[in-house]
Parts: sequence; structure tokens; C-alpha cells
Amino acid sequence: MRSPPIPEMATQEVQLSETLAHLKTESDTLKGKLEEERAKLHDVELHQVAEKVEGLGQFVMKTRRTLKGHGNKVLCMDWCKDKRRIVSSSQDGKVIVWDAFTTNKEHAVTMPCTWVMACAYAPSGCAVACGGLDNKCSVYPLSLDKNENLAAKKKSVAMHTNYLSACSFTNSDMQILTSSGDGTCALWDVESGQLLQSFHGHAADVLCLDLAPSETGNTFVSGGCDKKANVWDMRSGQCIQSFETHESDINSVRYYPSGDAFASGSDDATCRLYDLRADREVAIYSKESIIFGVSSVDFSLSGRLLFGGYNDYTINVWDVLKGTRVSILFGHENRVSTLRVSPDGTAFCTGSWDHTLRTWA
Amino acid sequence: MSSKMQSSGSIAQARRTVQQLRLEASIERIKVSKASSDLMRYCGEHAKNDPLLMGIPASENPFKDKKPCTVL
Repeated sequence: MRSPPIPEMATQEVQLSETLAHLKTESDTLKGKLEEERAKLHDVELHQVAEKVEGLGQFVMKTRRTLKGHGNKVLCMDWCKDKRRIVSSSQDGKVIVWDAFTTNKEHAVTMPCTWVMACAYAPSGCAVACGGLDNKCSVYPLSLDKNENLAAKKKSVAMHTNYLSACSFTNSDMQILTSSGDGTCALWDVESGQLLQSFHGHAADVLCLDLAPSETGNTFVSGGCDKKANVWDMRSGQCIQSFETHESDINSVRYYPSGDAFASGSDDATCRLYDLRADREVAIYSKESIIFGVSSVDFSLSGRLLFGGYNDYTINVWDVLKGTRVSILFGHENRVSTLRVSPDGTAFCTGSWDHTLRTWA
Repeated sequence: MSSKMQSSGSIAQARRTVQQLRLEASIERIKVSKASSDLMRYCGEHAKNDPLLMGIPASENPFKDKKPCTVL
């Protein structure tokens, strides 16, 4: 049992707890002020403004190609800028590069770990990055020689203290942005493996990230198990905006093509749209009948359509402006885990726990 | 860890939270009506170039072809 504190220490402890209480009060006051400021500008709903926009007709989209070859759940995929190649990664530990037109496999790498949760294509098309339970992000240059052992050329770039959940090259092959189960995001120099900037602010695992379109400047958005979506300044490491309206983990975030907004998909079975200049959520995409989580979201080229891959094996297509669902797509035989629209917007690709990828148009 | 150290650790954390909130509270915002009409305008301007929205004919979409195109 602790001996009673001497009077001097007791006073100091009281002073510290008073400061703590004072800071807590200030924190609560600021949160209240933030809500007030945001509410003042909430003069109308997006779908109300969009009433005058013409409705969308029937959409006929179906599976155009099925890519088979992974031996276990597909966890992530990314498009090459050439609009036809795709990289995918799986729980089976393999990373495969496909020609999505012909469905041919062009490269395959076996990682030293299972659960390769993240993969990304380099802007040049000459390399891919991937990682997962190994807590790292590694870059593999793609060789024209099919017989060359890609694993030998592997370069370890990022080191986290927990799993890698997402990775993305910035606008060149020289830098990679990563997010991790360790609660942080980080920016790395590919050549030296040096940490250029780290981003602290999430209170739990960070599950996803997306870079702002290059015209909008150096920011990115991340989503996590703390139900928050944070917008970051890449140069300073500062969190500049934070949104906390989801009721569960945020599995996917994607910028609207103009860079003025972003969409998110969550385990709470909703997708949401946040406008950065209004600094608030402006739309929720949900239905009572949709009760399974959203794993991944992406916009069509104009931003009018939002595609969501769901844990109930379906893809729901939403009218971004009106907030209504325009189509539901079936085909996968297990959870849709990843979804990306092609760079020229002619198709989108999904990856699933059913071991396959599908392209849809 | 003495309770004094715990308190000062929490204080540092609380100070960071207050700093962050001050920053977030001070940004400039626009009305939702303005933000919405900007989003709508962007959609409208880019709609005709959105293949998934417009639906381009099968002959022009390499994914819709039954036989892949080959350059001879």
C-alpha cells in the first residue's frame, strides 16, 4: 500500500489534474464549436439540390472477364496506367500481374508471408508494390523476361510495426504512401527506403488510403478502425480535417474526381460522401435491405456513379447526386474485397474471397 | 509509473487534442448548397466522357469484345 503523499506532491498532483480537467473542458468546447460552425452552413441536402438533375436510366453491366489463378482469397488489386494490366494479391501469398483483355498471367511473385493485403502498380508500369502480414511494403521491378526470378530483385521499402493495410505510389515511382495496423500512415523514398514523413492521429488500425488527384495538391485521405476519415497534408504530416460519422470501421476511401470530396465504405453497411470545402458529410448511400459491410468503393470517371463492393457478395451502384441505388450486380461467390475503376473509366475490376477477379462493363 | 507521470502523459495528449481541434475549427468552410452545385456541375461537365455512365458501344469497348483486339 502506498504511503500517503507528502503535502507538496499532493498539491502538484492536484494542479496537474486541474490542468487536465481544464484541457478536457476546452477540448469539449472546441468540439461543440466545430459542430456549430459546420451546422451553420448546412443549408440544404445534396439530393435536394440534385432534384433538378435528370435521373439515370437502366444500367446493364455484367462480368466481361473472369481472372482465375489465385489459390485463396483475393485481397487487393490495382490497375496499370496502360488501362489493361492489373496487379492482384491474395491470402495465398501470391502477387499476380494480368493482362485483363486476354486474361493471361504475365508475372507471378510468391511473397514470404500469406495475407498480402495491399498491392499497387507503379505509375511507369515497370514495378509493383505489395505487403501485408510481413509488416513491410516491398517493390518488385517487372522484367520483360518472363523467366527472370522477380523475387531476387525485391526491394524492401516500408517497415511498420503491424500489418500493411494499403499502399500507393505517389505521382512517380520514387515515393510510396503506406497505411498500417499500427495506426499510422507513412511516406517513403523507394530508392533509399528512408521514411520521409509519418502521419499520427488515428486511434486504431488504419485500413485504407487514397491520394488526392494531382491537380488538387499534396493531400491524402485515410480511414480506420476508429471510424474516422482523416485528411492529411503530405508535406507537414498534419491532419487538416477529420470526419467521424460512420458507425464502424472504414474499409475504403476514394476521392471524387475533382478532388473536392471523397467517398467512404464501412462495416456499418453504408457508403458516405464528405465534401472537403463544406467540411461535412453530404450524402449517405444506404438501404434497410443492405446489412453487410462495404469493403471497397470507387467512382466512375465523371463522379456521377459510385460503385461499392459488399460482404454479401454483391456490387451496388449508386447515383452519387440523388443518393439512390441504380443497380445491383451479382456474380461473385463470396465477399467482394476490392474494387477499382480502370484509368480510362471503360470498366471496373473486383476481387473476391471466391479466389477470382472479374472485370465489369 | 507514478500517477504524476501518468497525468503529465495524459496532459501532453490532451494538449495535442486541443491544438488539433483549434486547427480544425479555424478552417474556412462553404455552404452545402454551393458545394453541392459544384459537385453537380463537375458531373455534368464530364458526363459525356464517362463510358460506364453513357454506355459506349461494344465495338468501342475492349472489355465488351468477345474476341480481344489484336494489332497485326
